[in-house]
Amino acid sequence: MTNRTEFRFAGSGGQGLILAGIILADAAVSQENKNAVQTQSYGPEARGGSSKSEVIVSDDTIEYPKATKLDYMIALTQESFSKYIGDLKDDGIVIVDREMVRDYSKAKGKLYVLDMVKTAREELGKLLGLNIIALGALVAISGIVSHESAEKALMSRVPKGFEEYNKKALEIGFRLAKEAKNNK
Amino acid sequence: MTKNIKLMQGNEAVAEGAIIAGCDFFAGYPITPSSEVMEQLSSKLVKLGKVCIQMEDEIAALGAVLGAALGGAKALTASSGPGMSLKAEHIGYASMCEIPCVIVNVMRGGPSTGLPTLPAQGDIMQARWGTHGDHAIIAITPSSVNESLYETIRAFNLAIKYRTPVLILTDEIIGHMREKVVIPNKEDIKEILDVKLPDVPPEKYFPYNYTSGKVTSLAPMGEGYRYHVTGLIHGETGFPSQKTDVIQNAQKWLYDKIYKNIKDIEKFEEFQTEDADILIFAYGSVSRSARQAILMARSAGIKAGLFRPITIWPFPEERVSSLSKKIKKIIVPEMNMGQAVLEVQRNACGSDVYGLNVVNGEPITPDTIYYKIKEVAGA
Repeated sequence: MTNRTEFRFAGSGGQGLILAGIILADAAVSQENKNAVQTQSYGPEARGGSSKSEVIVSDDTIEYPKATKLDYMIALTQESFSKYIGDLKDDGIVIVDREMVRDYSKAKGKLYVLDMVKTAREELGKLLGLNIIALGALVAISGIVSHESAEKALMSRVPKGFEEYNKKALEIGFRLAKEAKNNK
Repeated sequence: MTKNIKLMQGNEAVAEGAIIAGCDFFAGYPITPSSEVMEQLSSKLVKLGKVCIQMEDEIAALGAVLGAALGGAKALTASSGPGMSLKAEHIGYASMCEIPCVIVNVMRGGPSTGLPTLPAQGDIMQARWGTHGDHAIIAITPSSVNESLYETIRAFNLAIKYRTPVLILTDEIIGHMREKVVIPNKEDIKEILDVKLPDVPPEKYFPYNYTSGKVTSLAPMGEGYRYHVTGLIHGETGFPSQKTDVIQNAQKWLYDKIYKNIKDIEKFEEFQTEDADILIFAYGSVSRSARQAILMARSAGIKAGLFRPITIWPFPEERVSSLSKKIKKIIVPEMNMGQAVLEVQRNACGSDVYGLNVVNGEPITPDTIYYKIKEVAGA
C-alpha cells in the first residue's frame, strides 16, 4: 500500500478527462508493466456536471480501486477544484488552469497554476486537446511514467489523422509543466 | 513487454472471456452500466462470423439467447437492474427446460431505475429467487477485471455441464473500472466445454432423464434428436405431465443436479483465515476493500481474515459452517440492506454475525470496514 500513488483529473463532463485517465493508466500498465486502476464517476448527463477520472498506480496489488487520499489532482473547472481539493494529501500536488480556476485560496500542498487553456487557444487554435495537455502536465510533474510511455499510450488510442495534433497537445503539457517547475 | 498484458474494463473482460469460451451468440438490450459488454461483442463477435443482435427488450433478448442455445449455440446476454427484472420470466423458462445460457448482471442501485451510474449489490437474492417456483441457480461474483474474464469462461462451462442458466453478478465498479488483464491464449485455458451431441442414437435419447443422476447433454435442434420444449412440468421426452412421480422427480432434479455437485460448482478464496478471530465475508468489489481493511487490522494487532465466495449460488454452506466453528465473529459488508448476511447467519450458527450495509451509491471504503472490525473486536 505504501507505494500507491493516487491521481484525479477533475473537471466537467465532455472535457475528456476520463480518456486522459485511461491513457495514463494504459501507459503505466501496457508500457511500464506497473499495476494501475482507472475509475470514473459521472452523473446521468453527457455534458456538464462534475466529472472525475481517477488513476491509482502501484507496484503492488491495488485493492480498493478508488482514490481516498490524492497525491496529485489536476482541476479544469472552479467547481471541481472547490469540490475535490479536500481530498488532496497535505503534501500533495495540485495543478489548476489559470483561466478556469480563479479562486485557489483553499489550495494546499504544492500548487501549480498553468496556462493550459490559453496555450491551447494560441497554439492548437481550439480547446480540443485540453485533456491531453492536462495529461502531459500531470505526467511531467509527477514523473509516474516516462514521456515516451505516455506518448505511446496516447498514440494507441488516437483516431487516425489526429496523431500530430495530439502529440502537439501532449508536448505543450510537458513544456508548461517544465516551465512551472523551473519557476518554483 | 508481453503483448498479452492489456488495460481493460470489466465489461470488456466479460466480452473477451465470452469470445475465448467460444460464445456464438449474443442478444441484448443495452442498459447502463452493462452496455459495454454488448458494444464490444457487436464488433468482435460479428468479425468472427458469429451473431450479435439487439432485440426490442430484455425479455426478447433472453428469449433469443434460449432459442440460439436450443440450436446448439453458446449464448450470452447482459443487463442490469430493470433489465434483470424483465429477464426473470425467461430465467425460469431456462431453468425448467434446462437450457444452458450465461446472463451477466452488472449491478446498479435500485429498485426500479434507481441509480444507473452507481454501484450496488442489491440483486443477490434476486439472482437466487428472481424467477418464480422452486429451482436452483448458479451465480458467480468476480472481484476484478481479470477474474471477470476467467469466470465468464467458467460460467459457460458450468452452463453446459449442468444445463442451467448461470448468472455473472458484477457491479458498476467492476464493470466500469479498468485494470491490468493478462489475456490468455485459448491453449492456456484448462477447460473449455463444447456443446456435444448425446452419446446415444436419436431413438434412445431422452433429454429429461431425472433419475439417472447424470446431466444428459441437450441435443441441438436439427440434428435428428426429437424432443419437446415446454415450460410446463414435463417427462423424459419433454411432453407435459401431471403424474405425481414425474412432478416430484422433475422438481427434485432441478435442485439435485446443482446441489449434489456443489463441490464442483463452488469456488471461494480465503485470506488469512488460519488464525483469524474475526472473519469478513465479502464478495465482488467489496471484497477488495475488505482485504485492505484486514491488512490495516492486522497491523493494529487484530487478527482478521477474509472469506470471499466466487460462486455465491449455490451458497458455500459447508465452508462457512466449518469456519464459524473456530471464528466466532463474522462481519458481512454489503452494498445492500443485508442479503448474503442472511445465508451467513443461517450457516454460521453459534457465531455473532454483523451486517455492515452501505447503500449510498458509493463503494464501501477500507476505512469503513476497518472501523467495524475495531468495533466488533472490542465488543
